Amino acid sequence: MSKTINEVIDTDVAIIGGGLMGTSAALELRRQQRSVVVLEQGWCGAQASGVNYGGVRRQGRAACQLPLSQRAHAIWRRLAQTIGSDGEYIASGHLKLARSDADMQELIAYRDMAAAYGLELELLASDALRRRYPWIGEQARGASLCAEDGHANPRLIAAAFARAAEQAGAQLLQQSAVEDCSFDGNYFVLHNSRGVRMRSRFLLNCSGAWGKEIAERFGETVSEQAIYPNMCVTEPLPPLMNLSLGVVGGAFYARQVERGNVVLGGGRGIGNLALDATRPCASSSFKALAALTEMVPALRNALVIRTWSGVEGETPDHQPVIGPSATTPGLLHAFGFSGAGFQLAPAVGEVLAELVTKGESSTPIEAFSIKRFAASLIQEESKV
Amino acid sequence: MSAAPTSPNIVIIGAGPAGVRAAQTLVEAGLRPIVIDENRRAGGQIYRQPPTGFVRSKKELYGFEAAKAEALHSSFERLRPAIDYRPDTLVWNCMPGQPGQLDLLHAQRHAEQPYTHLILCTGALDRVMPFPGWTLPGVYTLGAAQVALKAQGCVLDGRVAVAGSGPLLYLLASQYAKAGANVVAVLDTARFAGKLRALPALLRQPVTLAKGLYFMGWLRARGIPLLAGVEQLAATGKQRIQNLRWTRGGKTSEIACDALATGFGLRSETQLAELAGCRFVFDELNQQWLPQRDDAGRSSVPGVYLAGDGSGIAGADAAELSGRAAALALLQDLGLPSSKTESRQLAQTLRSNLHFRQGLETAFPTAVHWARHCDDDLVICRCEEITAGQLRRSVQQEGTVEINRLKALTRVGMGRCQGRVCGAAAAEILAHATGVSVAEAGRLRAQAPVKPIPVSAALAAEEQT
Amino acid sequence: MSLLKRVAGQERASVSFRLDGKTLYARAGDSVLTAVLTQADQLRRTEFSGAPRAGFCLIGCCQDCWMRSEDGQSVRACTTEIAEGMRLLSGTVAVAGDSSGDAA
Repeated sequence: MSKTINEVIDTDVAIIGGGLMGTSAALELRRQQRSVVVLEQGWCGAQASGVNYGGVRRQGRAACQLPLSQRAHAIWRRLAQTIGSDGEYIASGHLKLARSDADMQELIAYRDMAAAYGLELELLASDALRRRYPWIGEQARGASLCAEDGHANPRLIAAAFARAAEQAGAQLLQQSAVEDCSFDGNYFVLHNSRGVRMRSRFLLNCSGAWGKEIAERFGETVSEQAIYPNMCVTEPLPPLMNLSLGVVGGAFYARQVERGNVVLGGGRGIGNLALDATRPCASSSFKALAALTEMVPALRNALVIRTWSGVEGETPDHQPVIGPSATTPGLLHAFGFSGAGFQLAPAVGEVLAELVTKGESSTPIEAFSIKRFAASLIQEESKV
Repeated sequence: MSAAPTSPNIVIIGAGPAGVRAAQTLVEAGLRPIVIDENRRAGGQIYRQPPTGFVRSKKELYGFEAAKAEALHSSFERLRPAIDYRPDTLVWNCMPGQPGQLDLLHAQRHAEQPYTHLILCTGALDRVMPFPGWTLPGVYTLGAAQVALKAQGCVLDGRVAVAGSGPLLYLLASQYAKAGANVVAVLDTARFAGKLRALPALLRQPVTLAKGLYFMGWLRARGIPLLAGVEQLAATGKQRIQNLRWTRGGKTSEIACDALATGFGLRSETQLAELAGCRFVFDELNQQWLPQRDDAGRSSVPGVYLAGDGSGIAGADAAELSGRAAALALLQDLGLPSSKTESRQLAQTLRSNLHFRQGLETAFPTAVHWARHCDDDLVICRCEEITAGQLRRSVQQEGTVEINRLKALTRVGMGRCQGRVCGAAAAEILAHATGVSVAEAGRLRAQAPVKPIPVSAALAAEEQT
Repeated sequence: MSLLKRVAGQERASVSFRLDGKTLYARAGDSVLTAVLTQADQLRRTEFSGAPRAGFCLIGCCQDCWMRSEDGQSVRACTTEIAEGMRLLSGTVAVAGDSSGDAA
């Protein structure tokens, strides 16, 4: 357990960011008997982790993400045992729709690629698609089904991970932004906004859209910008969509929760990095609704009751930053998930714990190295 | 304030007493504001008009307030050619900016409306205290019972009980009895002692006080039971309300009834003020988070003004005055001629009205302790059917201390009404369960759309682009 | 059974509509809520417990009076005027998989 000596908390691992990456890492590190303190500027899981769409999806990910995603999938299947609640997780299936022949070709190519990673996808031509899912509109040319992908309630999942971590003995400091963090050669030294000081052997940067800001304090080169996904939700409706729905090109993604509301994402809102400063855009909501109702005509009669946005961190190649620092031993990063972190989170936590306890991970993460930004900068500079 | 733009785009939201007088003031100064109202006809709630073609005398509709109603309605009719009037139009979102942008819904179609200046006159809704059976058919707010009579020529059917607190209780009961409803009891949760204590403050508005006493006297003369100091209301019934129970001085009583009109004062509708970026402050008198407003009605956002019950309950007369005051402030801020003397006088009148309101609060105090005593199975959120027990469990098991977090974890306030009806009650439950004040429990963040909008409106909008 | 009783305006023109398949008559200028509740005691059932509801605030705030028409559209009863030929349903299919739907 962390000790407090002269009002300095002494801990094995300090984690900046109480979202899913941070709390899943905290939970796993506690299982490995490491002492953990998590610093969260707001409430745990209230940023991207809590306001995202809730897709628990492997299908559609780039090849480099599939090993990590498959590892996460195995954890999701036993999630209730891991964190004590299911967070409304359903392996409902994920259906990715094609609106053109070119879309269909893309789905076929992806299916072939994904098979090498053990991800089995079923392609459906338009007749078969509508026979199985009669609520899908005639504009759909076909689809790719991942039968075991699904969705969950991000607010509940994020809160449950935080609770599980705390119950396992992690110290969660909320409303507690990091004011200062540095490495003195042996330890990481941090102060938070409440005057609490701590030192640790390891520092995990799980600060989402703020990841770049933290990384740059340690001299890292990284590209990340904040994005604001646009979300809507309808009133509760009779059961219609029995799986999570997406479309080639990403114009919309939608799922119907058990209580009947349809949650819909698509397009961008506006905002900045201050907490609670994001706003959805009516035009983005309208575009997503138009794309959705083209594929699910029955939803034309629904009412939209709420819209929201949130903050996510996006990198230029849309791949996360995961792995050791390029500048500082003991500093590990896991941020910049570009809107696709939710499903990966349980595995990212395990990977971070492995990096702390063993110095390496059994899951390939080279593609996510922070070094790639400095490398591409050198490439750019060499072209001049 | 910044220099006047070359052509200000002034939008008044709400055509009740505040919005009408604000519009009138601007028109008198030579401006042409846009006036947007959700209802088909102007007048707000207290001066709500029946649909055109359903003609009834002003006396019949508004009783003692007939002259004021007539004056307001005819003022508005005279204004119509000089304003850009948009009835039957919902403002469901407000995006601050230069200019700001409103999202509107009219006849199932979406439209955008830019603005440089806003006068928010969004009015109020009954404050509701949940009690067992409050969701049964036949249970309505005092405001609802009034609107049924005023705007639709109907009363609640059968034996009608009236229960709650506030001056509207007696007004409604006597309007109903006069109109031919069968009012079987009037149950006041306030005590007589409180009313006596409030007398000095209430005497500041002797006419209003006299009207209140008149209604009570009138009801008593007709043998309608008036009971004060009533507690622990509970409605029971299968398909609809059949029985109302209460305790008083430790004794439990009940009455058979077919309908119940209930309310405990009013709550301001503040969602648009929040979306417009206004700073909010917890107001002790109103026991509600309200947009901060200065004496004239300026909000914390340059160009956004507040008037009427939408930013603090003060009644219809005060709404008319504050509508004018806000418009005068807007004219001053635009550098146009407007009487500073009149502004000062209005501010003074409104301040003294506040003392009367404080008196009302003493006479009809908010029953803040209900949250401590209610059963776990009491439904707090009507839309999502979330109970007090679910909220308390979230506090106990998940350490929830803040209301938006409570919403995320329990779904309270996530339904179609977006917390409009349950928000105050949920905050009170949270406050009692955590031991913090109602203010510290926080307030539900407003999110667009402030009322549900049909997907079809979105599709119509997309087709236009 | 009804929840509202008319005390004025009986002389207005008649408007016919359907409620749960039955033809009924209201008055021009009635809201959908008035048209229904002057001759019935329910507007909808909640999605979760199936409890009957009949509106609450009558001024378009509480959102407890949304009815469905036979063609699947949503109608907020207290702020929508009754129109000739409207076909309304006063029960809602419960989300929990119960498709028994309409009210008694």
